[in-house]
Amino acid sequence: MTKRRTWTYFLPYGLWLALFVIAPVALIIYQSFFDLGHHFTLSNYSTYFQSATYLKMTANSVWYAFLITLFTGLISYPTAYFIHQLKHRQFWLLLVILPTWINILLKAYAFIGIFSQAGLANQFLTFIGIGPQQILFTNASFIFVATYIQIPFMILPIYNALDDLNPAFINASRDLGASNWQTFRHVIFPLTLPGVKAGIQAVFIPSLSLFMLTRLIGGNKVITLGTAIEEHFLTTMNWGMGSTIGVILIVAMIVVMLLTGDQKREGGTPR
Amino acid sequence: MTQPIITLRNVTKRYGTHTILKNINLTLESGKFYTLLGPSGCGKTTILRAIAGFMTISEGDVLFAGKRINEVPANKRNVNTVFQDYALFPHMTVAENVAFGLTLKKVAKDEIAQRVAKALQLVQLADYGDRAISALSGGQQQRIAIARAIVMEPKVLLLDEPLSALDAKLRRQMQYELRDLQQRLGITFLFVTHDQEEALAMSDEIFVMNQGEVLQSGSPVDIYDEPINHFVADFIGESNILPAKMIADFQVAFGGHQFECADAGIPDNEPVEVVIRPEDLTLTTRDQAKLTVTIDTQLFRGDYYEIAATDNLGNAWLIHSVNPAEDGETIGITFRPQDLHVMRFGEKEAEFDARLETYEELEGDNVDET
Repeated sequence: MTKRRTWTYFLPYGLWLALFVIAPVALIIYQSFFDLGHHFTLSNYSTYFQSATYLKMTANSVWYAFLITLFTGLISYPTAYFIHQLKHRQFWLLLVILPTWINILLKAYAFIGIFSQAGLANQFLTFIGIGPQQILFTNASFIFVATYIQIPFMILPIYNALDDLNPAFINASRDLGASNWQTFRHVIFPLTLPGVKAGIQAVFIPSLSLFMLTRLIGGNKVITLGTAIEEHFLTTMNWGMGSTIGVILIVAMIVVMLLTGDQKREGGTPR
Repeated sequence: MTQPIITLRNVTKRYGTHTILKNINLTLESGKFYTLLGPSGCGKTTILRAIAGFMTISEGDVLFAGKRINEVPANKRNVNTVFQDYALFPHMTVAENVAFGLTLKKVAKDEIAQRVAKALQLVQLADYGDRAISALSGGQQQRIAIARAIVMEPKVLLLDEPLSALDAKLRRQMQYELRDLQQRLGITFLFVTHDQEEALAMSDEIFVMNQGEVLQSGSPVDIYDEPINHFVADFIGESNILPAKMIADFQVAFGGHQFECADAGIPDNEPVEVVIRPEDLTLTTRDQAKLTVTIDTQLFRGDYYEIAATDNLGNAWLIHSVNPAEDGETIGITFRPQDLHVMRFGEKEAEFDARLETYEELEGDNVDET
């Protein structure tokens, strides 16, 4: 009786899960084994692994996702740490969250305006005497905007981890003679690492498949896996190849999840 | 008298308009076991934090071995703390936790290993070095927290309600162990608790606190036998506290009768309060009684009966008796003059001590006469 009712509660989400998560993933895997002529084949995979272009593209995607995650992390950890010390933290946190409510496309177009030839950034560079530069459609601008967009998703989990940290640990560390920096290095950072890992998951994986920004801000110079998938599905109509890259992306996600997941710490096993 | 290791001089702490500590003065000597005792929110932990350096005080001075340390940060103070919730680092093993402070000090590796082993041995957990903190019971975590603090060889160890999370039996055992540890190490312990039994059992000296003030300080026996006011009498142990009137020196009236007592130096006819501890009351026949009471209820406590009774003026009495009484029985109670302790309203500790001195000799004579 109660068991049946529990199942009823799960039904809406269960349907959602089945229709929009499990079915698409199954379809992608299924599609990846078919070529353009709808014949079952492994050629998509062999093409992928034999093509320098695809492998380079994958490496590129990973590299850019890594850079974006790195810069996001370097900015987010100190920011989260700083906000956590402030008096009106909820207000500052709201300011961090606010940009995520605005559509990513709108933000991308805003940056096109800012970075364009006559945009704000170039007006400023002209004002300080450097003169206008090509900012838009560079790798740097792509990383800059991607980092800007990802920052809130990194700040939040780190902030939560800092918030969960028992202040007694900090006092204990100070009490045992640790300086501020030593306390941070040996106590605060290791204990908030789960927040950093959650942030990496939230940033690295979406960054692998960014494609809108690569076109609008990066000027298609950076071809990521996301761009490739879009091209295969919408332009070349090679769904099989698109699905294969999709599978690669899913595998990459799983790898990142495993790498950043909670490992059981060694040493501490009870006898 | 040995050189005081910690002195608090006129220490006040305010948060906004709220005063947490009001002009605290206290002196801790080397090698003694001190207890700050008081209800929660009385400021006892705040004193600990002021000594440890976790907060800045609003006024006054904290002295360590005669030197002012108000501005010295926590990591440069030669005191260590055992925290209420232990605050053991969950990402380190037991040995790493204990070694933490020594590692920061860049002590040689083999010396660290040696000192950690010794500290773990001292808390009787020698074999637990490579365990995870989460694999320890509450009592074991407690001991590791102590080991982590004493391995630093502090001059003063601050203990913030370290036993409050343990069950009653383990708590009693830890009381013995802490006392024993303090005597073996010969360092000063400042122990914070709201448990009067714990304070009485372990301390050389107790500071009883309430609402940010130290009400009374002294040995457990002094505080138990001669509480300064209603609050202290009520907080420490069980007691019968009755409104009374001082008739003359060594004469006090309450419950409709006049009794001989051991207190003097109080103006005649001043309204006072009288404390009698339940174990100082003896059941007796009505013709030998100083007061007669009617038994309401009694509880068997194992080694004594706890008897609740009422006298004919409606005052409630608590009596500890080895022998049982009968419910509803009217029975006599008696006590000795020195079992009565008279408390004046609003008397401060200094005044109390001064008054005690004026008649202590007199009292000696008086006792001889009786």
